[in-house]
Amino acid sequence: MNIVVCVKQVPDTATERKLRSDDNTLDRDAADGVVNELDEYAVEEALKLKEAHGGEVTVLTMGPAKATETIRKALAMGADKAVHLSDDALHGSDALSTSYAMAQVLKKIGFDLVILGSESTDARTGVLAAMLAERLGTAQLTLANKVDVEGSSITIQRITDYGFDRVEATLPAVVSVVEKINEPRYPSFKGIMAAKKKPVETLSIGDASIDAAQVGLGAAWSEVVDFAAAPPRAAGTIVKDEGDGGVNAADFLASKKFI
Amino acid sequence: MSEILVLVEQVEGEVKKVTLELLTLARSLGTPAAVWAGPGITAEAKARLAEYGAEKIYVAAGDDIVDHVVAPKAELLAQLVAVKSPAAVLVAATAEGKEVAGRLAVKTDSGVITDAVGLGEGFVADQSIFGGGINVHARVRRGTPIIAVRPNSTAPEAAAGAGAEEEVSVTLSDAAKAARVVERVKQEKGARPELTEAAIVVSGGRGVGSAENFSVIEGLADALGAAVGASRAATDAGWYPHQFQVGQTGKTVSPQLYIAAGISGAIQHRAGMQTAKTIVAINKDPEAPIFELADYGVVGDLHQVVPQLTEEIKKRK
Repeated sequence: MNIVVCVKQVPDTATERKLRSDDNTLDRDAADGVVNELDEYAVEEALKLKEAHGGEVTVLTMGPAKATETIRKALAMGADKAVHLSDDALHGSDALSTSYAMAQVLKKIGFDLVILGSESTDARTGVLAAMLAERLGTAQLTLANKVDVEGSSITIQRITDYGFDRVEATLPAVVSVVEKINEPRYPSFKGIMAAKKKPVETLSIGDASIDAAQVGLGAAWSEVVDFAAAPPRAAGTIVKDEGDGGVNAADFLASKKFI
Repeated sequence: MSEILVLVEQVEGEVKKVTLELLTLARSLGTPAAVWAGPGITAEAKARLAEYGAEKIYVAAGDDIVDHVVAPKAELLAQLVAVKSPAAVLVAATAEGKEVAGRLAVKTDSGVITDAVGLGEGFVADQSIFGGGINVHARVRRGTPIIAVRPNSTAPEAAAGAGAEEEVSVTLSDAAKAARVVERVKQEKGARPELTEAAIVVSGGRGVGSAENFSVIEGLADALGAAVGASRAATDAGWYPHQFQVGQTGKTVSPQLYIAAGISGAIQHRAGMQTAKTIVAINKDPEAPIFELADYGVVGDLHQVVPQLTEEIKKRK
């Protein structure tokens, strides 16, 4: 099985994240880059499927040169090789552009299964997997907390408000996974060393037949008009519990008409 | 005024509150038209949609719309966008709503904005990003604005619309039928409201101390008619099921009232709840960052404060 796992480098939530004042895009230099946490579950799921069914796991990322760190981490976990779509023309791409560019690469490299985290911790749109399925014309098996492959058929549990749906399709398919579908492995020392020798193919937009007019900030279907630091919340009333803390809280809730 | 399509969210024929919010919002920007995707519309549901301003109700009643994942709803909406040329399409910013919005955006070559917490003139959306640290105005530049709006972004207000029903027939493509729902498994959750939609959420964290002690959190939630949430510390410890985790890698909630008990308020948690209108924190550590967000805070042991609060609420009812 040819599995492609999409990973994204995101700014570390623990550091201060900023937008750039010149073009309203993410300031990638302001914060440390880390692997999007939900993508680690995607990598683990890809590796488990490979272990059970054989095949190959290719890491795919789109991002600046710095995103190589993220590729190395996925390779150190055990992926076989990587494709890095990197081109200055991609800067500022929105979800539509990104899904278009990624779909072009996926068409070029081929796949039986594409796996992603259900969202990124920076943009948090949660739309990429659905957009990829739409663009590739393949089954959308998203928000999975369980994935089973048997031959060419694939079944997932898709989490819903009421529990889950069991969803079936025939490969190829696009899968997104939610937190806790598995326990992502830590790269071993051996894995880290091996990752340095694994092939990483860097593609420009031309290499992947990506139309420059459909990507980047200029092509974006949506834009940030302006932004500002959120004003600090007005300082609240903080009381120390002297045996009547619950009563005091009830008074506050009553004053706000919640009770 | 131009039509604004609102995709209806419903559970067993009952229209969800978020749809009434979206209709209210749509009324301020155009003429709301509700879109019912799938079987099971009832006279009560139609009356409800009309009561909140739907001038039209488009009904696509085929089973195949809900028997396949997401794509059929996007195809239905894309067909309506082509035929009706609406000014915008609004969906609820639930996990599935956002996926419908994403596919619809590709189909109609339109921009999409997710997790709007407000929507103004020209469909300029308010968003709160990076854990609530930055407020953004965003807009769609190409195609029909497709906006996924967070539950509780606006208060639903009734204002009658004609509610004229129009049947829509949609022929699904093979691609839209690629992912088949073969079974729906309903897990017992009792009478509590759905977490992402609830007007009030009561969450417990590390300070709760054990799975058994979550009954204290549930007791307060039930007294308020609230949903129960949990911090990652609590779900990682196995004290509460992880689908109730509020935070960056879990659910995002934006309720009228959020009560955080025994939660320190790390950035990852704040990312999931910072747009709550009113925040109450109960924590024994006076230095806990959650108090920086709190409109009202009690420094104390939640095991004393929360049961007392629950009793007091019951008394005052």
